[in-house]
Amino acid sequence: MSTPTATISAAALEADRLDGLLAPGEPPRRAEALTASAIFGWRAMLKIRREPKQLTDSIAIPVLFTVLFTYLFGGAIGVTPGHYLKSLLPGTLVMSITIVTVYGGARLAQDVTTGVFDRFRSLSVWRGALVLGGLLSDAARYLLSAAIVVILGVAIGYRPDGGARGVIAAVALVIAFGLSMSWLWAAIALLVRDPATVTSIGAAGLIAPTFASNIFVQPRTMPGWLQAVVNVNPISHVAAASRVLMNGTGGAGGPVAWSLVAIAAITLLFAPLTVHLYSKQP
Amino acid sequence: MSTNRTAKDGLAIEADGLVKVYGEHRALDGIDLTVGRGQVFGFLGPNGAGKTTAIRILATLTRLDGGTARVLGLDVVSQADAIRARVAVTGQFASVDNDLTGYENLVIFGRLRGLSRAASKQRADQLLDAFGLSGAAGRPVGGYSGGMRRRLDIGASLIVTPDLLFLDEPTTGMDPRSQIQVWELVRRIAAAGTTVLLTTQYLEEADKLAEQIAVIDHGQIVAEGTSAQLKARVGSGTLRIRLLNGEQRSQAQAVLADALQGPVQLGADPLTLSVLLGTPADPTDAGRLVGRAMTRLAAARVAVAEVALGQPSLQEAFLTLTGHPASPAATDHEEPKS
Repeated sequence: MSTPTATISAAALEADRLDGLLAPGEPPRRAEALTASAIFGWRAMLKIRREPKQLTDSIAIPVLFTVLFTYLFGGAIGVTPGHYLKSLLPGTLVMSITIVTVYGGARLAQDVTTGVFDRFRSLSVWRGALVLGGLLSDAARYLLSAAIVVILGVAIGYRPDGGARGVIAAVALVIAFGLSMSWLWAAIALLVRDPATVTSIGAAGLIAPTFASNIFVQPRTMPGWLQAVVNVNPISHVAAASRVLMNGTGGAGGPVAWSLVAIAAITLLFAPLTVHLYSKQP
Repeated sequence: MSTNRTAKDGLAIEADGLVKVYGEHRALDGIDLTVGRGQVFGFLGPNGAGKTTAIRILATLTRLDGGTARVLGLDVVSQADAIRARVAVTGQFASVDNDLTGYENLVIFGRLRGLSRAASKQRADQLLDAFGLSGAAGRPVGGYSGGMRRRLDIGASLIVTPDLLFLDEPTTGMDPRSQIQVWELVRRIAAAGTTVLLTTQYLEEADKLAEQIAVIDHGQIVAEGTSAQLKARVGSGTLRIRLLNGEQRSQAQAVLADALQGPVQLGADPLTLSVLLGTPADPTDAGRLVGRAMTRLAAARVAVAEVALGQPSLQEAFLTLTGHPASPAATDHEEPKS
């Protein structure tokens, strides 16, 4: 038990060591926008290392989708799972990563509700740095999910005729698409400021666009209006491009170009909106 | 170094007619504020009075709806980023990352403040040592005690010594030992030349730390001055009476209110009550007023156990200035956060 005198002197002892540290001086030059983003990215990676369960979605979703879709629909749609995998696996890749993008928004919404967000906003750093930094760790997560789909796919019989080059190109395209979606979820996260709400919006909002695409079936079996929807859906373009790239069937130019247009459009729409929402003072 | 500080002189904060409205609620209703450089300035008020809102506006975290404010000579609206480079905020809610270690938190904030990798690591080690957190440096902050977390939080605000430090209720919910440590820290920080604006619900804290105190209530400043001036403003003295029998308290209250024409405050102890005596023209009036009170109580057959005449406490001063006690339990609503 400590007496009051002992308490005070203990406090003073600690504070003594502080005295030399408090001399005010000129503040250092502010961190550049990219440096600050990299620091936030590093922070996000540190948080994953401390809390590996953050990766649950990024691991479980690709495993589940790859196995489930292959064996659930494989027999019904294709002749054999092996045959169906050719068209399905690149689509599964797109679908898995699209779903996993929601998590980045949930994490940002989590940050926004804690006091640490106030400290970030009280610093003289570029307003987009927290979100852009988060995107760096998102890219790492998407890469992990993509690797799981591809490796698991190969293990159950998928053979990418496009070779390593085709697979890498497809994965890069899908990650780029995922990152454009990250801006969308970041904007939503800053609007609703609640992780659970972001997750709900994500789950509900992605059902229609992922299924109303060419991931599972070719649009020619659908009614005309639905074909129209499927054909403008960016997810269809990204899925078509991944399929062509991974299977090496040629004619990748069109779908890849459309995918890049979609990626650019989504990013140009939501990145400025996100930065605006972030710097907006309540 | 403090001569350097006074050389660039001027005021740390000049606010004129600050207004902040949340829907129907006027969180700040025309606040004027002048804080000199190097001062410890205390914002004293109950929950929901507008303290946090004022700090958030001055720290450029919240937009103001009316009035103007200059911090370190810079406008909070048009020069917000320049202000951010020179102030630090330790909010009411822990502004550190629970998932990361204390060391990682400080290094990240150091890097974001513009320090090099090496400098931010060195600074993190020094601060953890000075704050008695070296042993916990490698542990996630989520496992820290409230006092440890708050010390880390204040440490994070000192990575680059700010010209102005905002501390929002720095000791709320702390045990007395941690409270004393934080008070000592605030004194050291101020002594080194940083201006400190702190908010508190604790009168003792404002009394102990702040050279200048503004009492804020319902978004308005109801009184301002040193703690001695505030006490003087509410009267030269307080008559404190302890009764023999608690059942006679309401009777005693009525008698005293009539005899002294002043507000009678009931103590937490059911046997006690106190009266502020106002500022009599002649110092000997105090004795005369006490005499009159005693005579009237005796005439009403109220049994008195103890009588004392003394300086009013800040608690009593607060009651007189705002019309209600400053107890945190008297919360009407939380201030909207962000």
